[in-house]
Amino acid sequence: MDFSFTEEEERFRQEVRSFLKKEITDEFLRDFEERGEFDFCPEFTKKLANKGWLAMAWPKEYGGGGATIMEQLIFSEEAAYYGAPTGAYRQGINLIGPAIISHGTEEQKKRFLPPITRGDVVWCQGFSEPNAGSDLASLQCRAVEDGDDFVITGQKVWTTNAHRADWCHVLTRTDPEAPKHRGISYFLVDMKSPGIEVRPLINMLASHDFNEVFFDGVRVPRENMLGEKNQGWYVSQTTLMGERSGIAFPTMCKRLLERLVEYVKETKRNGEPLAHDPRVRQKLAEAAVEIEVNRMIAYRVAWMQHKGLLPMVEAPSSKLMGSELWKSLTALALEIMGLYGQLQLGSKFAPLRGLIARTHMYSLGITIAMGTSEIMKNIIAIRGLGLPRG
Amino acid sequence: MDLDFTEEQDMLRTSARDFLTTECPKTLVRELEESEKGYSPEIWRKMAELGWMGLVIPEEYGGMEMEFMDLVVLLEEMGRNIIPGPFFSTVVLGALPILAAGSEEQKKELLPKIAEGEAILTMALTEPTATYEAGGVKLKAAAEGDSFVLNGTKLFVENAHIADYMICVARTKDGADPEDGITLFLVEGGSPGITVEVVPTIALDKQCEVVFKDVRVPKKNVLGELDKGWPIVQRTLEQATTAKCAEMIGGAQAALDMTVDYAKERVQYGRPIGSFQAIQFDLADMWMKVDMGKNIVYEAVWSVSEGLPSTEKVAMAKGWANEAYKFVAERGVQIHGAIGTTRDHDIGLYFRRAWASDLVFGNTEFQREVVARQLGL
Repeated sequence: MDFSFTEEEERFRQEVRSFLKKEITDEFLRDFEERGEFDFCPEFTKKLANKGWLAMAWPKEYGGGGATIMEQLIFSEEAAYYGAPTGAYRQGINLIGPAIISHGTEEQKKRFLPPITRGDVVWCQGFSEPNAGSDLASLQCRAVEDGDDFVITGQKVWTTNAHRADWCHVLTRTDPEAPKHRGISYFLVDMKSPGIEVRPLINMLASHDFNEVFFDGVRVPRENMLGEKNQGWYVSQTTLMGERSGIAFPTMCKRLLERLVEYVKETKRNGEPLAHDPRVRQKLAEAAVEIEVNRMIAYRVAWMQHKGLLPMVEAPSSKLMGSELWKSLTALALEIMGLYGQLQLGSKFAPLRGLIARTHMYSLGITIAMGTSEIMKNIIAIRGLGLPRG
Repeated sequence: MDLDFTEEQDMLRTSARDFLTTECPKTLVRELEESEKGYSPEIWRKMAELGWMGLVIPEEYGGMEMEFMDLVVLLEEMGRNIIPGPFFSTVVLGALPILAAGSEEQKKELLPKIAEGEAILTMALTEPTATYEAGGVKLKAAAEGDSFVLNGTKLFVENAHIADYMICVARTKDGADPEDGITLFLVEGGSPGITVEVVPTIALDKQCEVVFKDVRVPKKNVLGELDKGWPIVQRTLEQATTAKCAEMIGGAQAALDMTVDYAKERVQYGRPIGSFQAIQFDLADMWMKVDMGKNIVYEAVWSVSEGLPSTEKVAMAKGWANEAYKFVAERGVQIHGAIGTTRDHDIGLYFRRAWASDLVFGNTEFQREVVARQLGL
């Protein structure tokens, strides 16, 4: 058993750090914070693409860097630490890209993959519907065959970045008579197609990331179907298993904890630094332990993928822990900061430029998106422990 | 990075599991914990024949010269099966400090005996002050001619009632810094002036009160340097804490497995209780705590074996293992329902040990304070 990285891997880590330190300066972060963007930054995507690191772990034949899973892990870890904005490329690189690599035709790979690797295209995900959340397979958005096209009619919801996206990967029902998992087809849809309407969904912080997307008789050519007709569900399962270490969570938590440690050392309450309060010490130490535990499970998931194993239970476990930890740590930060914790960007009194208020509010969605915590537990229980379905 | 055990370690694990399952079924566990000695001399002899006591002792002293990680594999299996007896105290609290700090003479005298199963050891560290910090050591050792005379009381000393030797942590000098002025003594069990009484504990793990009244110990029995014993204790504690975590993870896994099996079999309302989501969520939580515990414990073990600064990692591993084992054991009892609360049911064996393991070498609050200091707070 060996928890160290190789010399080459350590050298790579240093290279990544230098790059990120140079690009993600405080000024850079302030700049795009002021624009109201906290994660969506096509300029940063381009910088990564120019460095050849955007599709780092994809095979070289598809424009990727041919890097190992461990190198991808190292990059993701450092990127999360420095707060790199990944929102503009996450869908393409982590989700639809790998699905196209696994299930696409040669023509689809040639057409769709290079723009992703160059950072030239933004994708959004047309999966969830008002009546199909956790029970995604019950989706109703219809695709009807019509000559060389399919015609899509229906509604998608919780579509992050639909208002900024060039393409959307959409799950539709092509056979309403078949059992629900076997009547689904997967399409790659140009967001400029006639018949698409995007309506904003505003979150609790008055931010616009989510959307409803209405498809009204949208024509999609047959060659934009990913995988076989009625096999879309199985293709999408690849999508949902993309880059799954979950290393971003414990790393973001680590950074936040460092900031909190500084904060409690500098901040006094009743004449004493918060750092002397045993309750604060215990809670921050507990967080440090959970962060390390989370980091280790993320490493194990990456290790399994590196060996070609499917982290069937470990990946959900990592997501569950990471998302819940992010939520509870940002909550702890809010608690520790007391009245100041609630201040948002824009107030001169806001600690860390309103980081805590913002990150805690956003954390609410993370235990829900990409598989709710409850669903993650179901997977562990049923697939991991072999418990019978209810 | 390589997060797998070696083939040899996997083989050690399998053979240990087979041996323990065969030799020490739960009926015997119950017998032994209620017996006076608290262990089976027959199993002890067999373990010695397998080379277990000498696993990490160098070959020149009769050992197998294997790695700390190998010992951890063995301890995990012991935690899983439960094997009452003085293996942990003899090897981890006895052999390791002698290896680290013993003179050549002391090593030649004691290590072969330990490897052959001819000597039972323990460390007498904690006192009624009930802390693992140096300030808790008040038992005095006063120099008198070619001996030292020990006076004081030790409490929570495992296996003192059967120990052939106790490594007694004593104060030889008072000063401003409590970590200065501590000396370790190799004390023969049954020395005049020693009274040992087993105290009843939840886990029936033979913890003892040991009273030292004018106990004479020859100078040659000083282990390490005079007044400079605390670093040996610290290092032993680090190894012992890590080793205990491995035992705990093994125990927690066994408790989890037992509970999952029960949830699949027990039928109420016409269906296995494991088909109810509340039970499924508990079991998923339990699984996560154990699975994640393994990663962090192995990381701590690796760090300690590599000789890297490990204070933070060890404290994190113990902090996590404490909460994980207690959680799994408590949920385990709950999911078993009323039978889980009986003496006869196996889940209770693990519940009791979860608490004993939590408290030894520092509870979670203690570990978190260690981490807090490492964070710079």
